[in-house]
Amino acid sequence: MALLERGAYGFWLGEIVGGMALTLRYFFKRKVTLNYPYEKGPLSPRFRGEHALRRYPNGEERCIACKLCEAICPAQAITIEAEPRDDGSRRTTRYDIDMTKCIYCGLCQEACPVDAIVEGPNFEFATETREELMYDKARLLGNGDRWEAEIAANLAADAPYR
Amino acid sequence: MPKLTIDGQEIVVENGMTVLQACEQAGVEIPRFCYHERLSVAGNCRMCLVEMERSPKPVASCAMPAGEGMVIRTDTPLVKKARKGVMEFLLINHPLDCPICDQGGECDLQDQAMAYGFDRSRFEENKRAVKEKYMGPLIKTIMTRCIHCTRCVRFATEIAGVEEIGALGRGEHLEISTLEHAVNSELSGNLVDVCPVGALTSRPYAFTARPWELRKTYSVDVLDAVGANIRVDTRGREVMRVLPRLHEDVNEDWLADKSRYACDGLSRQRLDRPYLRRGGKLQEASWDEAFGATRARLDGLSGDKIAALAGDQCDAESMLALKDLMAGLKSPNLDCRQDGAKLDPSQRAGYLFNTGIAGIEEADAILLVATNPRWEAPLINARIRKRFLLGGLKVGAIGVPKDLSYPVAQLGTGPQDLAELAAGKGDFAKILSAAERPMIVLGMAGLTRADGAAVLALARQVAEKFKMVREGWNGFNVLHTAAARVAGLDLGFVPGPGGRDTVGILDGAAKGDIEVLYLLGADEIDMSRLGDKAFVIYQGHHGDAGAHRADVILPGAAYTEKNGTYTNTEGRVQLGRLAAFPPGEAREDWTILRALSEVTGTPLPYDNLGELRQRLVAVNPVFAALDTRTPAAWGAFGAAGKGDAAPFGETVGNYYMTDPISRSSETMAKCSAELGLGPQAQATGTHG
Repeated sequence: MALLERGAYGFWLGEIVGGMALTLRYFFKRKVTLNYPYEKGPLSPRFRGEHALRRYPNGEERCIACKLCEAICPAQAITIEAEPRDDGSRRTTRYDIDMTKCIYCGLCQEACPVDAIVEGPNFEFATETREELMYDKARLLGNGDRWEAEIAANLAADAPYR
Repeated sequence: MPKLTIDGQEIVVENGMTVLQACEQAGVEIPRFCYHERLSVAGNCRMCLVEMERSPKPVASCAMPAGEGMVIRTDTPLVKKARKGVMEFLLINHPLDCPICDQGGECDLQDQAMAYGFDRSRFEENKRAVKEKYMGPLIKTIMTRCIHCTRCVRFATEIAGVEEIGALGRGEHLEISTLEHAVNSELSGNLVDVCPVGALTSRPYAFTARPWELRKTYSVDVLDAVGANIRVDTRGREVMRVLPRLHEDVNEDWLADKSRYACDGLSRQRLDRPYLRRGGKLQEASWDEAFGATRARLDGLSGDKIAALAGDQCDAESMLALKDLMAGLKSPNLDCRQDGAKLDPSQRAGYLFNTGIAGIEEADAILLVATNPRWEAPLINARIRKRFLLGGLKVGAIGVPKDLSYPVAQLGTGPQDLAELAAGKGDFAKILSAAERPMIVLGMAGLTRADGAAVLALARQVAEKFKMVREGWNGFNVLHTAAARVAGLDLGFVPGPGGRDTVGILDGAAKGDIEVLYLLGADEIDMSRLGDKAFVIYQGHHGDAGAHRADVILPGAAYTEKNGTYTNTEGRVQLGRLAAFPPGEAREDWTILRALSEVTGTPLPYDNLGELRQRLVAVNPVFAALDTRTPAAWGAFGAAGKGDAAPFGETVGNYYMTDPISRSSETMAKCSAELGLGPQAQATGTHG
């Protein structure tokens, strides 16, 4: 009996029909692929992408050169030099991140007492040369200015859980 | 000898100790802010509370004398609760600005708040804010952070002896102030160290580094002859700061301002490559070219036309290498006394601070001759003041009167007054003959004169007349100002038979008798006396007076950039260690001399530092005994004479600028401009 059943299943191409049926079912379902780069998937507010140095709304840079991010960075990707600014406040004269060393762990962001260094939502910063991945302070502040709206929204969204 | 029980552990302590000291001895750590082992007890921070049996409340252990049969507990819930309460009160008005505070990472309050702090505040009112006070170019104040421990006030009054810092107001309105002027003390940098929080921080170091990114090297200071033990903090190749290191017999916990703050001079005006004078102008050259020019000039020259002078900051190794090099060139003309001091190198007791720095504490009468210890050796002056505070000390001085932070009887101004004292005339002679442990301190100002040998002999007469040298006590002291001097005399960097001393070398160079002069870091000689005939080779680390006159410059290493041996004024042999590498093409000094000896055809018999140090010990065994004072036998030194009538001058005109490093330092320039050197201010070698 079992032999007969298996024979009929094979004769009527049961495997292929089943497979084609599955294909047909997915043909009418919504598509899961994205047409990147024209379409992008959703990102968590906690997404750890390209770094940025933020400013206060009045334009003053947030970073106070406490060097906690430099100390906690497990990949030692951050280099900071500081001295008193003309008005006597504590500021960095140099804030470099070697993005080729960075492992995107987010510890710098967690260590920062003033929310100055953040990992923003940008993940599209591939470059043609290695040198371009040595970020300096101007580049990081520029990132902050460019992404401030998104970064602020992300921080606000994540604030209740922090 | 009271016996007390601390946390169930019985311990016997010395009379007069406090409970806190007893706890330390028992190995129990007590948190504290106001208590400092070298300052008087204030008992105002209340952090050191412990529980004592039969006491209704916790007691402040720093102010409670240890008594017989006391039972102390430091680990009970009551103690913990009391300390937590105190900490909460301290933190009420302390700002939460650790990220921008320079004390962050090495702050007593930060550390103890981790142990006893509460993680939130119950304080709803406005926090106190205090205006910053001005304390001069060395100390930065952020007075809101002050927790009123009054350590700075006590340090200034007790150790530094300047009553310039005080507390105004009471309770929450208490403010520490100097009434808006710089702290006029050469020990002011220690205020930064005693401050347990970030209220007083170092101004030159402000915001530049964090303690965790610094590499710490234990070394020895060479900016004066005290040989203070220091810790050099470097980041990368740059010396960020210099801090004192505890040595009970030398500097205790303290460090003088010049030694501490001149470190920014280490990165300015440096010689980082060889130079060669071509057509009257110094031009950059390679080592080969510099050595080639030297060899061309030395070739076929007889030894008595060659001379060498060693400077004030040279290590013993490089001086020995130069001495051996000169021996190879058959030159007897060498001297380490570039100021021309008439010291007798054959009698070790005649050029040492024989009493020892710690020995000052046993003296009961001190005669200061031609010296201003406050500027020549601030830490020795602090020791004399410490002895003065114990009571019963009489100090007399012959020389220019100065405020030394303790009362001094002015006995005269010149050698004739010293001669009168040696003859037993005057009131102070009675004091000296009645004293059990009298001492005399002879400064360089008395020895660098033309009649220096006579002054030295007079000082010896005074020492012998008042029996300053007796069993177990040697009260004859020479106070040097150059860190290299004692080592130079010990290893015999002095004219050989028929050789010329500093004055002879300078005259010879002017006349043309000396054709090649080797300056090993010697910048304090009068370069105009050299004339322009001699070929001058300068080996050193800074573009100072010597480098300006030089025909060949060989760039060497400063004291933080080489392993070297230094002997301080009391004859204590100490090791300085390499903290950062010399800049550019500069090299360690003895290696330069070793390489040069190869070029001149008289190779030195050592290839590494170990062999050189063995040679050093062979030359004089005192170099084998590290960190000990080898006592010197008493003998006759000096040359009898009357001495002329001119009053003693000063060795140090401007405390903040005495050597190439401090002259290159911006901080020291600010200090000498600000801290009113007044009428005594003298022009220095680099005054534009």
